[in-house]
Amino acid sequence: MINFINQVINGLSTGSMYALVAIGYTMVYGIAKMINFAHGDIIMAGAYFALIAMGIVGPIPAILFSIVATAALGVLTEKVAYKPLRGKGSLEVLITAIGVSYLLENAFLLIFGSAARTFPQIMPKGTINLGGISIKYITIITLVVTAVCTAILLFFINKTKLGKAMRAVSEDQGAAQLMGINVDTTVSLTFAIGSGLGAIAGVIYGCAYSLITPYIGLMLGIKAFIAAVLGGIGSVPGAMVGGLMLGVAESLTIAYISSDFSDAVVFGILILVLLVKPAGLFGKNVREKV
Amino acid sequence: MKKLLKSELFKAFILSIVIFAVLMIGTATSFINSYWQGVLILCGINIILAVSLNLAAGYLGQLTLGHAGFMSVGAYTSALISIYLNLPFIVSLLIGAVAAGIIGLVIGIPVLRLKGDYLCIITLAFNEIIRVIMNNLEITNGAKGLIGIPMNTNLVYVFIAMIITIFVVYSIVKSRHGRAIISIREDETASELSGIDVGYYKVFAFAVSAIFAGLAGGLYAHYYTVILPKGFDFNKSVEILVMVVLGGMGNLKGSIIAAIVLTVIPELLISFSQYRMLLYAIVLIAAMILKGTGKGEQIMERLSFFKKKDEVKPE
Repeated sequence: MINFINQVINGLSTGSMYALVAIGYTMVYGIAKMINFAHGDIIMAGAYFALIAMGIVGPIPAILFSIVATAALGVLTEKVAYKPLRGKGSLEVLITAIGVSYLLENAFLLIFGSAARTFPQIMPKGTINLGGISIKYITIITLVVTAVCTAILLFFINKTKLGKAMRAVSEDQGAAQLMGINVDTTVSLTFAIGSGLGAIAGVIYGCAYSLITPYIGLMLGIKAFIAAVLGGIGSVPGAMVGGLMLGVAESLTIAYISSDFSDAVVFGILILVLLVKPAGLFGKNVREKV
Repeated sequence: MKKLLKSELFKAFILSIVIFAVLMIGTATSFINSYWQGVLILCGINIILAVSLNLAAGYLGQLTLGHAGFMSVGAYTSALISIYLNLPFIVSLLIGAVAAGIIGLVIGIPVLRLKGDYLCIITLAFNEIIRVIMNNLEITNGAKGLIGIPMNTNLVYVFIAMIITIFVVYSIVKSRHGRAIISIREDETASELSGIDVGYYKVFAFAVSAIFAGLAGGLYAHYYTVILPKGFDFNKSVEILVMVVLGGMGNLKGSIIAAIVLTVIPELLISFSQYRMLLYAIVLIAAMILKGTGKGEQIMERLSFFKKKDEVKPE
């Protein structure tokens, strides 16, 4: 039983990282109606930016730098690759997104090499013992950071003027534009927020696994996407819940079945969700109109 | 119209015989050395993959990222048959292709209800699941890879398989069924209202595409004699997709040319190999941004001028 609880807590820790990434997916999907395939690689970029900055300055300014740089990178990809395609078919956008993902991965591969880099351990080590259940500090910090980020984000989307603009664009881009909302700025802002959260996820990834390579983005991105679909793509609380559920499922598979099959289980969940309830847990059921 | 179709087929037939003769004379007189034979075999396999993916992604308009998965089903099935059952090479190739087709059917029926991004991701998921299974089965020797596959693939087999693939896909596309498939790409609702069985044609095109991917996989396995599960991952699927996109979605000649170009260029520029993936990425993005603008069409027109000349040439 204690082992089970430990595994669930481990899962929640991984899951909250997925949740942070999934929020980025979900926000971009809500506003731009596209799945940003390159989001995982943006997170990889965030981890590398933090790594470089930590060689020069302390951890806190380094993380702040990473958030800004990653947000800028996200906006850059949007301006260069996705904006020219706005209004074109989803197939074109999807292929472009795959291209951007490849571009980022291979650009970082050329710059930093394929060898894994050690990520500096900036979080306190050690565990807390609660009646046999040991919780690592990093797990607690990850959970708190994720909760705080989600809370701030929800406040931003629901209570501020810019958030209102974002919701309006997501509802009806044309009508929003007629109401005087600058759609371009709103889309860029969404990419910036999603990528900035991605940078935080990248730092958490680095701390949790202590090694980063340019390849980490792909799997992380796909898993976070699955989390977003599970929670209902377009819904921020859904992404949070989906991420946590996915993390727990993965952790339990590793503990009780086999680590070889953890990816297969995650993908199995995706297939099940898409076939049974494509709208996800919190998603709106959209009727198709002709 | 029928006359034109026939004459186009006839020209292609003559051209393929000429190319085949040139290749045979070339190998017999060792003008084409074993290294270039290998490159040509790889060209042929990639043409089969690109042409078959084009049927699903280009003509049907359903972007799938699981082509490498079907390829691996064909590769492992035919390789295991060759190793354990000692059946003739052609039989094992065919069984591999049929196995890939069956998997395509099993995956296609539930999956093709989805569209666009979701279809792309779910096929990717199946690709990964197939890879994980291959990685953990005893009989496939897991991540260490299957070794000791007889080296049966040669230029003749690849050439014939390639011609069959091109011919079948061409025939489907130019037939009534092909027009149905293309109409689904253009407007699913409208074609359903015109009495086209959308579900049937989607699964049909998907399964045919999978069969030829399996065939290519079988040829691949019997050429390299060693196959690893990680050789059939997401990256391989993207590589095939790049060929289809570069050649033009729904353009057979384009797929053939692009498959040749993207196989030969990395061979010519070995020192360039680390930039290969970067090049693929730029090709994908540029092709999509240029598509529909005047510039893109101009480049495509130039390319199609060349395409007419080299229709089914594997070099």
